[in-house]
Amino acid sequence: MAKNHNIPEYKAEWKAGEEGKWGMAIDMDICTGCNACVAACAMENNIPFVGEEDAGYGRGMHWIRIERLWEGKYPEVKTEFQPVMCQQCGSAPCEPVCPVFASVHSQAEKLNVQVYNRCVGTRYCANNCPYVVRTFNWRDYDRPEPLNNQLNPDVTVRQRGVMEKCTFCVQRIHKAQDQAKSEGREVFDGEVQPACAQACPADAIVFGRIDDPESRVSKLAKQGRGYKLLEDLNTLPQVTYLKGGSHVRNG
Amino acid sequence: MSVMAKPLAHAHGHEEHDHEAELRKEHLLLDPKPRGEMNAMVMDMMGGTTWKFWVVAAIMGALVLWGLVYSWGIMIAQGLGLAGVNQPVYWGLFLVHTVFWIGISHAGTFVSALLRVFKAEFRRPFTRAAELMTTFSLAQAAVMIFAHMGRVWLAYWMFPLPNQRQLWPNFHSPLMWDFLAINTYLLSSTMYLFLPLIPDLAMARDRSTGWRRKLYSILALGWRGTEGEWTHLRHALNIFAFAILPIMFSVHTIVSWDFAVAMRPGWSSTIFGPYFVVGAIHSGVAAVGMVLVAVRAFIKNMDYFIRPEHFDALGKLMLIISMAWAYFFFNDFMVQWYGGDRWTDELLHFHEAGKWGWIWFLMLICNIAVPWLTLWNKTIRRTPWAMFIIGLLINVGMWAERFIIVPVSLAINRMPFRWGDYEPGVEVPIFIGSVAFFILLYMLASRILPLVPVWEVQEGQMAHSIRKYGKEPVVTVSDLE
Repeated sequence: MAKNHNIPEYKAEWKAGEEGKWGMAIDMDICTGCNACVAACAMENNIPFVGEEDAGYGRGMHWIRIERLWEGKYPEVKTEFQPVMCQQCGSAPCEPVCPVFASVHSQAEKLNVQVYNRCVGTRYCANNCPYVVRTFNWRDYDRPEPLNNQLNPDVTVRQRGVMEKCTFCVQRIHKAQDQAKSEGREVFDGEVQPACAQACPADAIVFGRIDDPESRVSKLAKQGRGYKLLEDLNTLPQVTYLKGGSHVRNG
Repeated sequence: MSVMAKPLAHAHGHEEHDHEAELRKEHLLLDPKPRGEMNAMVMDMMGGTTWKFWVVAAIMGALVLWGLVYSWGIMIAQGLGLAGVNQPVYWGLFLVHTVFWIGISHAGTFVSALLRVFKAEFRRPFTRAAELMTTFSLAQAAVMIFAHMGRVWLAYWMFPLPNQRQLWPNFHSPLMWDFLAINTYLLSSTMYLFLPLIPDLAMARDRSTGWRRKLYSILALGWRGTEGEWTHLRHALNIFAFAILPIMFSVHTIVSWDFAVAMRPGWSSTIFGPYFVVGAIHSGVAAVGMVLVAVRAFIKNMDYFIRPEHFDALGKLMLIISMAWAYFFFNDFMVQWYGGDRWTDELLHFHEAGKWGWIWFLMLICNIAVPWLTLWNKTIRRTPWAMFIIGLLINVGMWAERFIIVPVSLAINRMPFRWGDYEPGVEVPIFIGSVAFFILLYMLASRILPLVPVWEVQEGQMAHSIRKYGKEPVVTVSDLE
């Protein structure tokens, strides 16, 4: 049967050995848990401030969170920081369950994208996401003066009742691609940086092309310290976590 | 009607006469009334409306306005933040109540179609009451699904409407299957409700005046009661009774797939399909019992049609279904527990010993202990108020089961940093509104539709014979077909 390209694919078609396109490497050995990435992401992506009460009830809308995990028993306690955002799964569990194709895989960027205009708010995608990284617009949140002037014009402001999540700052990817195209060249490694990577003072978050073996992110991922979150679920995440360096971490 | 009347055999002697009177009192089919009198009784049921009826109807209407119009309206305007859902408990009481109402809707069809297929004669007087329950509770399930959606004003995007952008619903999604299955079920159960109504509507048409006569004339589709019409009706009912059973099974199986196909500990269980079907029938048959008690208590002449023998039969059914539910529950729990998956272990422990552990035990007590300890007793089975309480408790237990499956299970996931909790919000008034809406629809229908399938009762009374199965004399109409 001929393929109808008007209907979006619900799942990336991964062949053996084929990599995704854009990826991330997060070095947990040097992450200090400072939350600069969380703040930068909220600024870049027009993420609303939900207020103290809602945030306490589990309705914070950050697309990236720093998980603070304790290891060991008091007094031998170590703190562990793990930044978690959408893993941009190659075989994403959120995609097939959406009844209206609001959660789809983009063919160009090989990213998992959420179409805000199409979302009807069944929240099934969020239930099926093993990383619990999708956030829902529980209300229309206020942006009191002068915060309304801070909105990023490159990113849609979402309505109540719509699901959203990390996009790998797809607007920045497009900007760099347009720039490169107008200059008649390829996007060079390090030209695109999502807000979280840009803000990270420890340079723990590295972003780039994982289909390019020479890129910094590919080299980091191949160091041998890398692992993927919940790898056994075979969701093919495109974020690699690095851990187990020789230096003593966190005191 | 195409069958010959069979009067009871003439009594010889006093003792036999006593026995016969007892049988008459016990079995509706052995206690015939002249057709004219019975028709008048049913017409009287619909007509004689007292002021008390309107007071209750007004209260229900007010509750509907408060729950479904005011509370839901505010929630649509302000967002789901008014409900209790959060991250990670993205689904809460709305989905619990969707499954709850669909479950209740099951028994209407189950009792009516299955008992029709198996020619269980005790079904005759109450199939209509059960089928009405199916249709009205499905409507409530639809209310709950819509309330659950973030942008309910775009719900029509679930329909495969042709459009210029060639946007199409996603048939990979279990929610899409669910949407189609529930629509199929709503349509087919409404037709199945309507078909056996036709002769009764014609009966009502011939005995009423004014707007009622006009209404019944339209609804009765010109039914005259010819031999050909009866043959067609019987054929159609036979086809529908057989066809609607697999639809019924498919609906709740697909509802269970909403959970079972998801990649979550506690949900991803292969036995969820039959487990949900049995659970639905468990809550539904109990609800049929409750509706029959209410209808018998509040509607004139109903105590002639609904007798202790019917509660007795329903009670046996409830006991067996409770055992089946216990079997499936144990099977689901046992395999998940034995599997030793770390996240499932955490979840099962949370079910029993977590904050909501009392609901887990409430589920087991209401679904297993209550029916097993009471329904073996014939006196209890034949006492309407006791059956009402048992039915209510079973429904509480099944509600608890869905509560455990939806919000409690969602609180635990594979990212321990993101474990959460759930406190219901505006879901509660909306649920109260939907219960009131169900009762209101039922009350209004009882004024317009004959709640008893008169022709089926009359057919049974005329065509029955008594057969002995072991020691038990059973009234049967199997000669008819």
